[in-house]
Amino acid sequence: MSAHRSAKAQERGHLRIGAGASYAGDRIEPAALLAEHGALDYLVFETLAERTIALAQVQRLKDPATGYNELMEERLRAVLPHCKAQGTRIVSSMGAANPQAAAHKAAQIVREMKLGPLKIAAVIGDNVLDYCRANAQTLPIMESGLPLSSLQGEILSANAYLGADNIVQALEQGADMVLTGRVADCSLFLAPMIHEFGWSQSDWNLLGQGQVCADMVECGANVSGGFFADPGYKEVPDLGNLGYPFLEMRPDGHGVVAKVAGTGGVINRAICTEQMLYEIHDPAHYITPDVVVDFTEVRLTELGPDRVGISGGQGRPRPDQLKVSVGIKEGWIGEAEITYAGLGCLNRARLAEQVVRERLRIGGVQLDELKVDYIGMNSLHGAASLPTPHEPYEVRLRFAGRAKAKRDAAKLAGEVETLVGKGPAMSSLPRTAVREVLAIYSVLIPRAAVQPQLLMLEVA
Amino acid sequence: MKRFYLREIAHARAGDKGDASNIGVIAYVPQDYGILLEQVTVEAVRRHFGALVKGRITRYEMPHVEALNFVLENALGGGVTRSLSLDPHGKSYGALILTLPVTVDATVAERLIAQGRQPLP
Repeated sequence: MSAHRSAKAQERGHLRIGAGASYAGDRIEPAALLAEHGALDYLVFETLAERTIALAQVQRLKDPATGYNELMEERLRAVLPHCKAQGTRIVSSMGAANPQAAAHKAAQIVREMKLGPLKIAAVIGDNVLDYCRANAQTLPIMESGLPLSSLQGEILSANAYLGADNIVQALEQGADMVLTGRVADCSLFLAPMIHEFGWSQSDWNLLGQGQVCADMVECGANVSGGFFADPGYKEVPDLGNLGYPFLEMRPDGHGVVAKVAGTGGVINRAICTEQMLYEIHDPAHYITPDVVVDFTEVRLTELGPDRVGISGGQGRPRPDQLKVSVGIKEGWIGEAEITYAGLGCLNRARLAEQVVRERLRIGGVQLDELKVDYIGMNSLHGAASLPTPHEPYEVRLRFAGRAKAKRDAAKLAGEVETLVGKGPAMSSLPRTAVREVLAIYSVLIPRAAVQPQLLMLEVA
Repeated sequence: MKRFYLREIAHARAGDKGDASNIGVIAYVPQDYGILLEQVTVEAVRRHFGALVKGRITRYEMPHVEALNFVLENALGGGVTRSLSLDPHGKSYGALILTLPVTVDATVAERLIAQGRQPLP
């Protein structure tokens, strides 16, 4: 059966899948360039970090017509004319907490741009909030082993990581655009491979190799020069003009990662190795909803400038359970920063720390945790920081405290504000912020508890 | 025998999952992978990171790409979403592991010095 498969890909013998985004706020113009010049069969936008969907859920609670990616309209308007002209299909998690609303919005955009006929699918059903609330007494939290019900705050969202299968179904039904909520990042890329090549969803080695290739591009520009440059050590040409990557996939699973010629960035074995290890734990046992991936025999081969071949990925049967990200309100964080400069700045900053600690004690401020950083010296690595050989010319003192009550977080900020005039001499003005904590925990639920469905919209 | 920062022979990238950080450490040239295996041990990383890591540390070896993958549990201040750190994802941990001193033999030292790399005093 060749229904709804890319004739272009069959002709040239490989499938081209582009990575147009790797987080909610990603750049749009490199994605448009990729859509125009990448000769793509598929363009994937992955836009959901662990917390993004919980924040989107909060948004949806305020306004039921929202909850999908805020840049979706701008992104679609930038790429759709190219995708339509070239027959490139779009797969994206931009549906976030509201894939239905995203699909309806996308249909409206397609109509306005007169780009029909076009089929849009929404994958619905990753929201398992009711299930998690009903089973909170018995679902153990992966991080602590305690039941979900042991958490104090209000549970706002619970989204299961779906796999490729529902996207494959939508593609089989001819969807030109598939919008999902929570789907495992790599599954967005694996689905087109399964669909186009007719891979069996129980050929674990093939799926494992497909996932290894998907993993290479799921963080977008992180494999094409982003987050890599270290002058004198790792050079990246034209970093301000990074090209976003695409995969060339062959039916046997062999993959090549590359980018559009003339764009900035670099794709070599070193950056591919960094990306391959990024956010995996045991490389022999990386769990996804589609397959348990084994990276240990992967070979990366430089095939030419900005072209790396990927082979040797393996896999084992997929897990019976799905991971769920649970978003929960968990108190407040107060933050405040103030800078001291010139001779003696470090001693003045240290005195300021003492003053604030004393004020918190006098005011009876209840903080669950307080962190004090000397920015420029130890703010990221604490006591593990290399010692600074001289007193810095300036030091920025930062306080961050977590509290159950908003008023205590606000009091911490307030005590730093009053350092001007009542603390040590000669500081900058402070900056302060108070924000609510939306914490994320993980639980596992049986696959059968999740029943995804497709919504299909056709624009004439 | 001379001492250099790990940075002179390896590069790194760190990622996050909940409260766990993982750091890939990759030799620039295949022949230096042995130095990583020998000296960038779980014990060395534990000493180097000190109080930043409150849980278990596991090291995985990836010889075909000359890399080690470290998983540091309870290392992100309670997790990305509740951490008080300016770097809740621990993405800068890659830079911290590269400040680990390693000892190299005369041949490697000569090569590094010829590249303009400075040994540690």
